[in-house]
Amino acid sequence: MAYSNKAKDFFSAELTGIRDAGTYKEERYIESPQGAMITVEYPEGAPQKEVINFCANNYLGLSSHPDVIRAAEEGLQKRGYGMSSVRFICGTQDIHNELEKKLTAFLGTEDTVLFASCMDANAGVFDVALGKEDAMIADRLVHASIVDGMRLCKAQLYNYKHANMEHLEEKLKETQECRFRMIITDGVFSMDGDIAPLDKIVALAERYDAMVMVDDSHATGFMGKTGRGTHEHCGVFGKIDVITTTLGKALGGASGGCVSGRKEIVELCRQRARPYLFSNTVPPVIITAANTVLDLISKTTDRRDLLEKNTLYFRKKMTEAGFDIREGVHPIVPIMLYNAKLAQDMARDLYDEGIYVIGFSFPVVPKGQARIRVQISAAHEKEHLDKAIAAFTKIGGKYTILGKSKKEIIELYGY
Amino acid sequence: MSEDLKKTIIDYVKKEYLEEDSEEDVDENTPLISSGIVDSFSMVSLKTFLEKKFDIKIPDEKATTEAFDSVNNIIALLTEFKVT
Ligand SMILES: Cc1ncc(COP(=O)(O)O)c(C=O)c1O
Repeated sequence: MAYSNKAKDFFSAELTGIRDAGTYKEERYIESPQGAMITVEYPEGAPQKEVINFCANNYLGLSSHPDVIRAAEEGLQKRGYGMSSVRFICGTQDIHNELEKKLTAFLGTEDTVLFASCMDANAGVFDVALGKEDAMIADRLVHASIVDGMRLCKAQLYNYKHANMEHLEEKLKETQECRFRMIITDGVFSMDGDIAPLDKIVALAERYDAMVMVDDSHATGFMGKTGRGTHEHCGVFGKIDVITTTLGKALGGASGGCVSGRKEIVELCRQRARPYLFSNTVPPVIITAANTVLDLISKTTDRRDLLEKNTLYFRKKMTEAGFDIREGVHPIVPIMLYNAKLAQDMARDLYDEGIYVIGFSFPVVPKGQARIRVQISAAHEKEHLDKAIAAFTKIGGKYTILGKSKKEIIELYGY
Repeated sequence: MSEDLKKTIIDYVKKEYLEEDSEEDVDENTPLISSGIVDSFSMVSLKTFLEKKFDIKIPDEKATTEAFDSVNNIIALLTEFKVT
């Protein structure tokens, strides 16, 4: 063993630095299944508390849906617990193939390959598709897993101001001499809930001969009239070359991700994507449950319709109550507070009121843009939403921010 | 230090990183990375710009967040490459 005092002291100092910066992350223990209502022990050792959950990515309320649980149980009985293998040795069952086909049909692409997570999909796909003669042109606010994936790829990296099409066009002009270009964006950005202008992006891609890659983790299953994702929402279904997405949010919320898109790129992922080649297969229980999820959401749009109704109701009522909300239609609803401490304090007070929300501040969001991020679910009953709106109004009143503009809130609390 | 060089970099930073409606201003001492104006991911475009503009190659170990944290720091880095 050679864990020296020097190393130990170094790591301890790093941890102290994180604590001092106020960015230390703590886990809260949830002692119930995921759902609209959860039982939380926080802080550790405190008595259990029932709270309404507004911070899960459980958009369609399928994480603990009885049909999904039943499908997982069936999978466990019929196909076992684990596969103890990567996909290409002996880790592919018929059900994996079935799920890939269903995802392809649902997403409107040519082919799909599963990964252990969307993080893994993003880690693998760029290196497979692009080389050093090529350019990746990414929105500045893409998810961390895309940033990491691009770092693993030798192509030249460019980025454009968030959702700024003039800036994207400049970068496309700047990179004309490259062999291939790929425009890279999240479909929905997870901190603001805002939607990439995929119609405009696809138009630019066509004009400048570039491919388009979209991470649709926060959209698959509910954005667009039939829930196919941001491409459906923006009217460019079938026109995205590479989609990555997760099974870890709306689609049951367990884990798993995929690369879906052009047949050749997907096929190359099966040959060369390192997280696919060197990591274990997604377990059968998750696959059978995900197959059921896809059947469910392909058959009816009831759940995404309900989510949309809940979202519009909550956004409308919170705006009427006088909160400064990032406008939009997505179930991610950012309640803007600008000041980090205000966001933390309000989130804590809301927790005392039985509303589980989280305050986000720098470096997760840009400086001076602290907020509480609320995430609406189809699992929320109207009563849950009303309770949350009442609690927010009470706490918003306590901090005297209701009806105040950005400028006024900043005058009161600073950045 | 040439005023032209300073202006070239400041202009680029403003155009590349500030939103049109931004109230922020940038001078040679403004912290860029530590202030959040340029995040470590977006820094690559600044590096690429300098490399193309001055026909140099900045090795990764020199392209630190400190070296890019202000226009003055960047100018100091560039002098190592005989750009003045
Ligand atoms: C946009 C985006 N991409 C990818 C991921 C990672 O997905 P997974 O949990 O499947 O690795 C997330 C989840 O945090 C995300 O928000």
